[in-house]
Amino acid sequence: MTPKLEIRGATKTFGSLVAVDNVSMTVEHGELRAVIGPNGAGKTTFFNLITGFFPPTSGEILLDGNNINRIPAAGRVKLGMGRTFQITEIFPELTVRENARIAVETGLGYSLKFWLTAADHKRIASACDEVLEMARLTEKADRLVGELSHGDQRAAEIAMALALKPSLLLLDEPTAGMGDEETDQVTGLIRRLHRDSKYTIVLIEHDMRVVFHLADHISVLAEGKLLAEGTPAEIAANETVQNAYLGKAE
Amino acid sequence: MNGLTVNKYATTAIIWILLLTAPFWLPLLGGYTALAGRVLVFALAAMSFNMLLGFTGVMSFGHAAYFGLGAYGCGLFLKFVAASTPLAILAGTLLGGVAGTLFGLLLVRRRGVYFAMVTIAFGQVCFYIAYKWDDFTGGYDGLRGFVRAPLDFGLFKIDITNNANAFYFFIVTIFGLAAAAQAFILRSPFGRTMLAIRENERRARFLGLPIERHIWLSFSISCFFTALAGSLYALLNNFADPLGLNYIMSGNIVMITVMGGMRSFWGPLVGAVLFVMLQDYVSSMTTNWMFFVGLTFVCVVLFFPRGLMGMLQKGART
Repeated sequence: MTPKLEIRGATKTFGSLVAVDNVSMTVEHGELRAVIGPNGAGKTTFFNLITGFFPPTSGEILLDGNNINRIPAAGRVKLGMGRTFQITEIFPELTVRENARIAVETGLGYSLKFWLTAADHKRIASACDEVLEMARLTEKADRLVGELSHGDQRAAEIAMALALKPSLLLLDEPTAGMGDEETDQVTGLIRRLHRDSKYTIVLIEHDMRVVFHLADHISVLAEGKLLAEGTPAEIAANETVQNAYLGKAE
Repeated sequence: MNGLTVNKYATTAIIWILLLTAPFWLPLLGGYTALAGRVLVFALAAMSFNMLLGFTGVMSFGHAAYFGLGAYGCGLFLKFVAASTPLAILAGTLLGGVAGTLFGLLLVRRRGVYFAMVTIAFGQVCFYIAYKWDDFTGGYDGLRGFVRAPLDFGLFKIDITNNANAFYFFIVTIFGLAAAAQAFILRSPFGRTMLAIRENERRARFLGLPIERHIWLSFSISCFFTALAGSLYALLNNFADPLGLNYIMSGNIVMITVMGGMRSFWGPLVGAVLFVMLQDYVSSMTTNWMFFVGLTFVCVVLFFPRGLMGMLQKGART
């Protein structure tokens, strides 16, 4: 079976700076892959290559076996890539339900419609209920997203990504800037999506605790290069990683 | 149904009762019916502009262009083509709306200040054409020599030419239809994508929305409605004024919207009431009436950043 996502020797340079240097990675269906590395390791650039923020300088990005190097971000969303951002991107002055609804309607291709039938309304409402339930936001559906806690805002952002029915979920530091309780809430949500709903997920993280309890496999980046790859146990035992990253972090 | 929804319905009901009875109570307050017509025309222009500013989050400083093109289109049709009020309105609306739609194509990649600057430039181009083209547009003196024609329904006629009340109810009807159409658009899936763009363009883009196309469509819709308001303005005065195309008019539309409350559907109507009142009463006392309009504008922006309607809504909630 072709892997869900494959990156072959991806390199991205900005002038003389090599931000990502010949990195390869294979993500199987249903896998939860974490990409970790110290600050400046090229994680975000690597992520931007996957989401289509810019094309790679060289190398290949394959989604379901097809080369998507030239497809811009919006096109990749249509191919089934849902993403969240390091700084939560939501519609703050709208309610949680409206946030979800806009995403659902866009996903269904209704965004240029002026008129909905009763059947459309029903379909939209049940899709909204479903993603809000998954994100455990049903009770907060009528609150403005901007008034919610960090953790709930992140959950709302993930709900919007889910509303597009993605086949691959890309999360950019989902617990960035959160306290312990909120981190637990968000990791709980990611775990449910992975275990219960069988989503294929790639996430970038520098909070090590989050990653080791969540990921099936971990890719470690340092200075733009792939330093190591393996299960959490293998990574924890890897001396190079310990020297380059864990040693410094603790 | 929660308290907020009830409030919304109550607001709409009060507004309609006041509008429909205006010819009866306005004279008691020392006003006259044409004044109410002017309020509605400015309100419609500002509400149309607000679809762009308040609901899509895009700032245009050149909406006078579409307002003025609507007025000239309507006037020129009555003067040179046929004495039919409905067709003249259609002509004005199409002229302004199509001009806005085509011009919008050049605009949609600009953002913020650049977007606003380009809209001003186009507005001024339209202004100078009307100003200089004496033979056709009447130049500096404006376009005269047309009157609104009575409405001919075949079996009966309604004399909106001389009967001020009949003409007022004609304007109220068109205003009502336009407002209903705007509300309908704002509640549609497309309307929600406008809000999405206002709230967070990046997020909207990563939902897969083609932002440029949506801003273009929103701009186009806004221009059609603004041109409709302009057509009514020409009928109201039996005159099309080149100053109606000027950037000062664009500024007035912005002021009306912001004073009234740009996050509120009816806010621009409240702003138009205030603006026309100031214009009418203060200009009868001093030629420097713009000073007082400006002063009021600054006060509203400083003390009620969400406009008068925002203030009223907040008051009703607490």
